[in-house]
Amino acid sequence: MKDLFAVIMLSGIYGLLSASFFVAMDAVDVAFTEASVGAGISTLLMLVAITMTGRTEHPVNHKPLLALAVVIVTGGLLIYGTLDTPYFGSAQAPIHQHVAPRYINDSMQEVGVPNIVTSVLASYRGFDTFGEVVVIFTAGIGVLALLSMVYRPRVTDKDTGKDTVDIDTFNDSMHEKHLILRIVSKILLPFIMLYALYVQFHGDFGPGGGFQAGVIFAAAIILYTMLFGINTASRVINLSLIQILAATGVLIYGSVGLVSLLNGKNFLDYSALSTDPIAGQHLGILLIELGVGITVASVMVIIFFNFAERRESIHGVENNAENCSKENDEAQSAKIP
Amino acid sequence: MITGLFNDWVVIVLMMIGFYIVIAHGNLIKKIVGLTIFQTSVFIFYISMANVKGGSAPILAEGIKLYSNPLPHVLILTAIVVGIATTALALALAVRIKEAYGSIEEEEIQKKDNLDC
Repeated sequence: MKDLFAVIMLSGIYGLLSASFFVAMDAVDVAFTEASVGAGISTLLMLVAITMTGRTEHPVNHKPLLALAVVIVTGGLLIYGTLDTPYFGSAQAPIHQHVAPRYINDSMQEVGVPNIVTSVLASYRGFDTFGEVVVIFTAGIGVLALLSMVYRPRVTDKDTGKDTVDIDTFNDSMHEKHLILRIVSKILLPFIMLYALYVQFHGDFGPGGGFQAGVIFAAAIILYTMLFGINTASRVINLSLIQILAATGVLIYGSVGLVSLLNGKNFLDYSALSTDPIAGQHLGILLIELGVGITVASVMVIIFFNFAERRESIHGVENNAENCSKENDEAQSAKIP
Repeated sequence: MITGLFNDWVVIVLMMIGFYIVIAHGNLIKKIVGLTIFQTSVFIFYISMANVKGGSAPILAEGIKLYSNPLPHVLILTAIVVGIATTALALALAVRIKEAYGSIEEEEIQKKDNLDC
């Protein structure tokens, strides 16, 4: 398939399908994340990227036979490797004998949170999750470093001291046209944000948590940006504030760990936070999930804004170039007679 | 016997599709899509390992004895979000390559590099 737009839409559908796989295999938390990430944000980011890199793929000259052979051999070897593995759904598989029984049997007494995934994520393996949050934060910084070099020319009205938005670019944007989409999503936006907060704070009891809530919250902001244009959105959302927030999330997570260190316990041992160990666990999980949510949401927003601003600046340059060449053509054609 | 390993084979087929896209196509965006498919196949592999026949989702409730293994769920949940962050980084690199070389086709990029030497 040479049309990259179709490729990306198909990969979005694939993301949604794999989310339903995960529901079928009892992994509700994972399905939640995959539905919002695989079908939502990743499709959006890829679409923004192809508006900058071009929509069609060039035909390749070399024959794919060698690649096909490599793939078939590797696949064959992997299938040979699976012949010894335990069968699907077997309760005697080694994976279910190691630490899982402790998580399932004792987590209610030790952590006091019904959703085992949350208690493993935030309490038993809290250090691991801290690493993941740092990786996300680093990726956000990477995107910032790669894409934020070009600054969008902004018209500043010196008399009032306020930024006046470029009216032409605002009217040019397709966002002005889709009236129904704009009104419907305006009604939906508060509910999406409210739902994100519910997912954030209800993660102890049902599927949900900081990662999912962060992505959903970012999706609400991105939806707003797509419909009303980046100029309007950057009036509402202060990008430098969001950058500070991304760091604040990691800071909250790390400082919860430090508090327990200072109280003479291990790093991220929440029983130090309160006299009652269970209450301490609850407080700790709430705080670090909050940190995760803030970081994930702000990093997603940073990534999207940088892509969109880059795109806007490139298109602005292209429009100017087209105008210049048109003027040149007109000048030349005027000279010819 | 055959149906018992069916999940592994589905994963391998998906993984090989992703692998093929990565090595046979020259377009960088397509390579990234291929990597995403590869990544998802690994997710499906982990989640299918965690499944227990007759078990339920790992949220403690009255009257349920058998739960799926929660550990792979945790690992994959964080891996998905880290995956989108790294995919965004890859896309950002592709955009910068497009700006520097005027193309995201592997062959054209290589040709330009050879000209520069």
